[in-house]
Amino acid sequence: MDSEHYKIESEPFYAPQGNEIDLYTAAYASRLPMMVKGPTGCGKSRFIEHMAWKLGKPLITVACNEDITASDLVGRYLLDAGGTRWLDGPLTVAARIGAICYLDEIVEARQDTMVVIHPLTDHRRTLPLDKKGERVEAHPDFQLVISYNPGYQSLMKDLKQSTKQRFVALDFDYAGAGLEADILVKETGIDKAVAGKLVQVGMTARKLKGHGLDEGISTRLLVYAASLIKGGVAVRDACRMALVRPVTDDADIRSTLDHAIDAVFEV
Amino acid sequence: MEITTPQTFVLQPEALKTYREHLTCSFPQLDDVFADCMTEAAALLSPKGIDDYLAGASRVCMIGRGFEPVLTYLENMPRVARQVGAEALPLISQAVWKMSRTPNGCAIPGFLQTIAEATRRLGSLEQLQRYVDLMFDMMERTTRSIPGFHDTIPSPGMPGLLEQIPFLLSQLSLEGLRNWINYGIHNHGDHPEQQRDFFQLQSADSRAVLQRERHGVLFADHERKLDLYLWAMWLEQGEEKPDLVPYSESFDESRKPQPYFDKLGIRVPDIYDDLNGVSGLDRYRALLAHIAGHRRWSGPVIADNFSPFQRIAIELFEDCRIDTLVMRRYPGLRRILLSLHPTPTGEACDPEAESCIRHRLAILSRAVLDPDYDYGDPDIREFAERFQNLLVEGESETKDMVGLATSFVARTRRQSDQLPNVRYTDTVVDYRDDNRSLWVFTEIGSEEASFDLNEKQVQEADSPEFGLPPRHYHEWDYTTQSIRPDWVSLYESLHPGASPALVDKLLARNTALAARLKQILDMLKPQWLVRVRYQEDGSELDLDVAIRSLIDFRAGHIPDPRINMSHRSDGRDIAVSLLIDLSQSVADVPAGCQQTVLELSQEAVALLGWAIDKLGDEFAIAGFSSNTRHEVRYQHIKGFAEKWDDNVKARLGALEAGYSTRMGAALRHAGHYLDARRAEKKLLLVLTDGEPSDIDVDDECLLIEDTRKAVQELDRDGIYTHCISLDRRADEYVSDIFGQHYTVIDNIERLPEKLPQLFMSLTK
Ligand SMILES: Nc1ncnc2c1ncn2[C@@H]1O[C@H](COP(=O)(O)OP(=O)(O)OP(=O)(O)O)[C@@H](O)[C@H]1O
Ligand SMILES: [Mg+2]
Repeated sequence: MDSEHYKIESEPFYAPQGNEIDLYTAAYASRLPMMVKGPTGCGKSRFIEHMAWKLGKPLITVACNEDITASDLVGRYLLDAGGTRWLDGPLTVAARIGAICYLDEIVEARQDTMVVIHPLTDHRRTLPLDKKGERVEAHPDFQLVISYNPGYQSLMKDLKQSTKQRFVALDFDYAGAGLEADILVKETGIDKAVAGKLVQVGMTARKLKGHGLDEGISTRLLVYAASLIKGGVAVRDACRMALVRPVTDDADIRSTLDHAIDAVFEV
Repeated sequence: MEITTPQTFVLQPEALKTYREHLTCSFPQLDDVFADCMTEAAALLSPKGIDDYLAGASRVCMIGRGFEPVLTYLENMPRVARQVGAEALPLISQAVWKMSRTPNGCAIPGFLQTIAEATRRLGSLEQLQRYVDLMFDMMERTTRSIPGFHDTIPSPGMPGLLEQIPFLLSQLSLEGLRNWINYGIHNHGDHPEQQRDFFQLQSADSRAVLQRERHGVLFADHERKLDLYLWAMWLEQGEEKPDLVPYSESFDESRKPQPYFDKLGIRVPDIYDDLNGVSGLDRYRALLAHIAGHRRWSGPVIADNFSPFQRIAIELFEDCRIDTLVMRRYPGLRRILLSLHPTPTGEACDPEAESCIRHRLAILSRAVLDPDYDYGDPDIREFAERFQNLLVEGESETKDMVGLATSFVARTRRQSDQLPNVRYTDTVVDYRDDNRSLWVFTEIGSEEASFDLNEKQVQEADSPEFGLPPRHYHEWDYTTQSIRPDWVSLYESLHPGASPALVDKLLARNTALAARLKQILDMLKPQWLVRVRYQEDGSELDLDVAIRSLIDFRAGHIPDPRINMSHRSDGRDIAVSLLIDLSQSVADVPAGCQQTVLELSQEAVALLGWAIDKLGDEFAIAGFSSNTRHEVRYQHIKGFAEKWDDNVKARLGALEAGYSTRMGAALRHAGHYLDARRAEKKLLLVLTDGEPSDIDVDDECLLIEDTRKAVQELDRDGIYTHCISLDRRADEYVSDIFGQHYTVIDNIERLPEKLPQLFMSLTK
């Protein structure tokens, strides 16, 4: 198995918000399963990529969706010219080669998928492959990481206590204004002043959370807006398209955010 | 405009009797409604307000127009007073009395019917007063005496006009309404038939003039946008939003009123036309930006130390500082503010003939804000520069403006400043307030008599008429970080029912909404038909599984024979419990609404019940309130096992408000029922209009902390709690309790639509 294949070669840019790098490093030293919590698009995935790079470990990411089943993670038999062949799923591969396995948005996956990760997250650190009749002992470097957005507001997408309680957790939130602007600059090469204004627009929208907005404008959307502007799209169009239209259909909120854009940028 | 609501009000029979004695009125029908009206009045009005209310009702009774006007007064006035102040009580009853002394007595019922809607639309006492004056003016001008007789003929147009008032007010500002009425009187005053048609909106010119008067942006139509504007752009997270109170611009003959703000809120015009290319909505935003700037950056100045000229100058420099900071924060507002700012020309004012003080200051203001402004005066240039220098580095402060303003006055003073004819042209800055909040006066009048709150009447639990013995629940005391075991007694009882008709009526009223909800329900439906895989016998072959079996077979394993699939309906395995806050405050009519919170909740819950019933989820409803820790009431409305039937609807239709909100205990009790369900997913919805509180607890945080603890306990037991808050100020505490699991409904009137939608999105 080629673990080099999963190594991250160049440093993914990550701007730390606090001491999360140290905390993660400590958790990894004990191979504790990790849960990263926070609103959508605030840098959770980026952080894990950065940590995998920093620790020099391979990273296997699975973006979960509702069609993911247990065997999609664990593996299955496939037909072959000569007969059949077992193919490890990403989780199994990670356990074998000692990768960090990042299950992104795990709540999206079907409930029964959760159960297969349980034996990997306690002292056993094993993964039973029932079909194959094999029990994989996790490689000493293996670590399981899941991400979880507590703001989802759906009980169908809430994690069971029995699952939650197997992880240590790090809380993420949108970076503070100055830092977030730096991120936009680094990510897109946009002008610093424009980045600051984009962040200001983001902040106004975040204050409407609970007043008709389920989630504020994410860093990811701000990065999108910045790259559109960098690519020559007019500021106002870029902001409306990347920041306002995706987050709301409410006419009053739209009018308020459109106004905020015009007020922040002198357009 | 807020009258504090006693959180827990119980109308004792003796009190009711005393109140009845103060109402001089002997209609037998009164007995049926008095207790209800009085309970509401007692909850909404101060003791003085109650006196005025009863005196007012007595007066309305005395006019001899039957019971209807009395009933209308009794039913509507508590909410009217709640919205615009208790002064509305004598205002309306005296108007009715006065009207009864005219030939137009027959218009009284119609007049009273308009008051609630007019108040809602107009939003302040002053506006309501103007409305009443306007109606009287119209009435008097259209009442004719017949020459030679002593007799008079009542106004032909009045009854029709009153009928149209709700519609007219939704289209016109008060000024527009006045212009429209004036047109009608002027052109049709002498033709009873035409006049009738005009005021009933039956004639072509009536509709045309209505269109003509319909201009500008009505505050009432944009209130939510402006709230959002303040939240998003000017308030900090969790900061309380000031109320916006509208006034009318054109009724004061002597001087045009200006916006201002004080402790009660921000006073804004009820209508704005477009001006200099700025839309009415943006004018509101400019005004709010300026006022928000004052609230954020201005400090108080002691007025006594300054001459009137100095004060004007100080206000102006401070306004300029605020505008500069506003534009610094939001540069895009520059275009709007400058478009609304006058551009006076230097020579326009003749210092020999008139006082140029305002003119001079307006030039300075423009000079400071607009780098492209062309003016010649070297003094202005110097002060504009000194101003800029003060603001280069930071925000400067009000104190600096005081210094600058006083030296400006000293430098530019002219004899003619004292002249009585002050030049006003091009000196009014549209979006600025009157700066009253800048000043403090040292010789403050005697301290307001601090009235003692009546000793809390500890109500003797009119002791549990409840059948079941109490259940005891613990409560969390955050001050000692410990649990008080068996602290709270909770009594569960079956909520009395009336007739299911009310709920059916509420449902019937919402058929359009129900149809829309039905579409969403249908989208959830595919889940009803779930594929059941791995069946030996099924309706069709499951190709995936069949191939896998084949693979197993080839690989020498025992193939799985379960290679068929079938379909089964109902994939949802959810138990939902809905907990409704029935504390006294839900009897309030929120500003801008016509129904009480309770009525809106009933409507919303009716729709939700209907929807959940359609989905087939397990479902329970209960109400709660509390009167100290010794008596938490938990009212059973629907059990999990019960059907959504007439009994349930009858209980729902009979909900009543009273007492306080000890939420933790109620959550724990609802949780213990949910805990016993076997469903895979358990959802506890709490519908409330305020924070947890009770009369035996003074520390506001205690019950908030306890409720947060209760939510954590529920979470631990696998119960997902979600709060639907109708409290606009909920931001301050709701996330402390419920984490991310909450929704604040700002526009309470849309609750009936929002609640079922919310439920469906939570369980999607
Ligand atoms: N601290 C940060 N350092 C660098 N980039 C960041 C940071 N925070 C956010 N970003 C930017 O935001 C984008 C979105 O972040 P990311 O994909 O990590 O979000 P996420 O929290 O995983 O969101 P989701 O919950 O939707 O998966 C990144 O691609 C990156 O451009
Ligand atoms: Mg992500």
